[in-house]
Amino acid sequence: MRRAPLIGVALALAAALALPLLVSNFRLFQFTQVGIYAIALLGLNMLTGYNGQISLGHGAFYALGAYTTAIMIDRWQVPYPVTIAAAGVLCLVAGFLFGIPALRLEGLYLALATFALALAVPQILKYFEEWTGGSQGIVLSKPKPPWGLPLSPDQWLYVFTLAILIVLFVLAHNLLGGRTGRAIVAIRDNHIAAEAMGINTALYKSLTFGVSAGYTGVAGALSAIAIAFVAPDSFNIFLSITFLVGVVVGGLASVAGAVFGALFIQFVPNWAQEISKAAPWAIYGLMLILFMYGMPRGIAGTLRLGWARMGRRGTRVRT
Amino acid sequence: MDILVQQIISGLATGGIYGSVALALVMIYQATDVVNYAQGEMAMFSTYLAWTLMNAGLPYWVAFFGTLVLSFVGGVLIERIVIRPVERAPILTIVIVCIGLLVILNSVAGWIYSYIQKPFPSPFPERPIVLGNVVFGAHDVGAIVVTLIVLAFLYAFFRFTTLGLAMRAAAQNPASSRLCGIRVGWMLAIGWGLAAMVGAVAGMMVAPIVFLDPNMMAGILIYAFASATLGGFTSPGGAVIGGLIVGVIENIVGTYVHFIGTELKLTVALALILVVLVFKPSGLFGRAAVHRV
Repeated sequence: MRRAPLIGVALALAAALALPLLVSNFRLFQFTQVGIYAIALLGLNMLTGYNGQISLGHGAFYALGAYTTAIMIDRWQVPYPVTIAAAGVLCLVAGFLFGIPALRLEGLYLALATFALALAVPQILKYFEEWTGGSQGIVLSKPKPPWGLPLSPDQWLYVFTLAILIVLFVLAHNLLGGRTGRAIVAIRDNHIAAEAMGINTALYKSLTFGVSAGYTGVAGALSAIAIAFVAPDSFNIFLSITFLVGVVVGGLASVAGAVFGALFIQFVPNWAQEISKAAPWAIYGLMLILFMYGMPRGIAGTLRLGWARMGRRGTRVRT
Repeated sequence: MDILVQQIISGLATGGIYGSVALALVMIYQATDVVNYAQGEMAMFSTYLAWTLMNAGLPYWVAFFGTLVLSFVGGVLIERIVIRPVERAPILTIVIVCIGLLVILNSVAGWIYSYIQKPFPSPFPERPIVLGNVVFGAHDVGAIVVTLIVLAFLYAFFRFTTLGLAMRAAAQNPASSRLCGIRVGWMLAIGWGLAAMVGAVAGMMVAPIVFLDPNMMAGILIYAFASATLGGFTSPGGAVIGGLIVGVIENIVGTYVHFIGTELKLTVALALILVVLVFKPSGLFGRAAVHRV
């Protein structure tokens, strides 16, 4: 039963490692972007998929992570790997603190609260102009590969992102598969029963919010380094909505779903643009709707279902 | 003092518009448990239909009611064609379908009518109403009155007609309603149609103020969302009152608190709503949802 996912992971890793040898720098940059989105989506999926709290505001933590990195590099010349860790920790704390008042809100009301957060971000960033550079943003330079590695900057960024992605995915997989993960899921399924079993729901919910925001913050930090530029208007409300789209299309409550979702939100808009120049977003919307018709549980959910069916055919179990 | 009254009145006028979009959101939410993110774009599209009818030479009120009929049909069709296939899917799937609908409507409107702003006529006289030192725009007052008429009409519809009763029943307990012979699926479709009509009214009231363009409802939808949340997603009257409160707060904060100005206005309005929600988690007029354990 567990063999198929393992084979899948091994194949995906092999493909990811072979990629820098096969594609141009521009394509590779796009895949770096996919990796970054995947980290952000994994963070959001922990909160929305596993814990059942809807967030329309993860763009805010992405922005916080990106600006932390940008300001630290620009002002204090801090080495960029350090800034990523700092961004992650800062977002973790911010997410935890935001998670405390959010405890009182459920479903739609939480969606509104986080939506407000996402809306406020560009305005707040413009307001603190002396730190953030206002609407001009902050320009950074792309890091060079260390230790004299024979890689182009794009290739190095790709490898760097991939390494962080693997570490974070393994961590998330273990966290969600263990006792903590079961507590998080139990709260989603029935928070009263979870509480009766002795789970501190308030603590777990705010912690999940924190970890989720931390992941998204790391992704934001990586994006600032990869794009080498941050500006308030790239962190608008559509970014947060795109994240939610990615999580649902990829598959709720699935670690692998984050990668599928990231591929979708990175490539499908471009693809739509190629199909119709006049109304690309209409094509994108249409694809989104058709995708949801075909796979109401997301890509990962459909794969899981397909695998379960195949297994069942072998053993002749009837439902 | 006069400035204050003036600001409150114009706040009420924009608030009325937020309230009517919020009303449409609440209607669909009550019938189907879905927040229709495409509501604003549906209203925008209806307004373009009205513009087309008027350009074809029809008088204002003929175009107005013609648009209502077309919007109703459009709303029913959207429910039947787009929403019905995912009716039983997880709630977030439906949310994503609504987002898909939003980008489609926005993009198609831009494609057909271009992104250039168009003026849209108001049915009310241009001369302002003067009371003492305070001046009201006739359109502002008219928009509030129209919103209240829509609210009264909906109240009467749901309270006094058999169809309204059937719709309420279908929303509250689909299984039992089906046993009583109510066609639950169609009730939902009619709910979408009515919401599209309410949205169309809001669109035609707001277009003379903000001009007609495909993105005109984006900001308004956010305020409407806030209004519905503030008033409580379970209360249509609350949604309208929530809209009025949001409109007034927005205007007064923008005028009197100088460091906020127009840029942070939206943020402050939303922050205030969050504070209210922390103390009243189901909105000012909403009922807390009761779950069976």
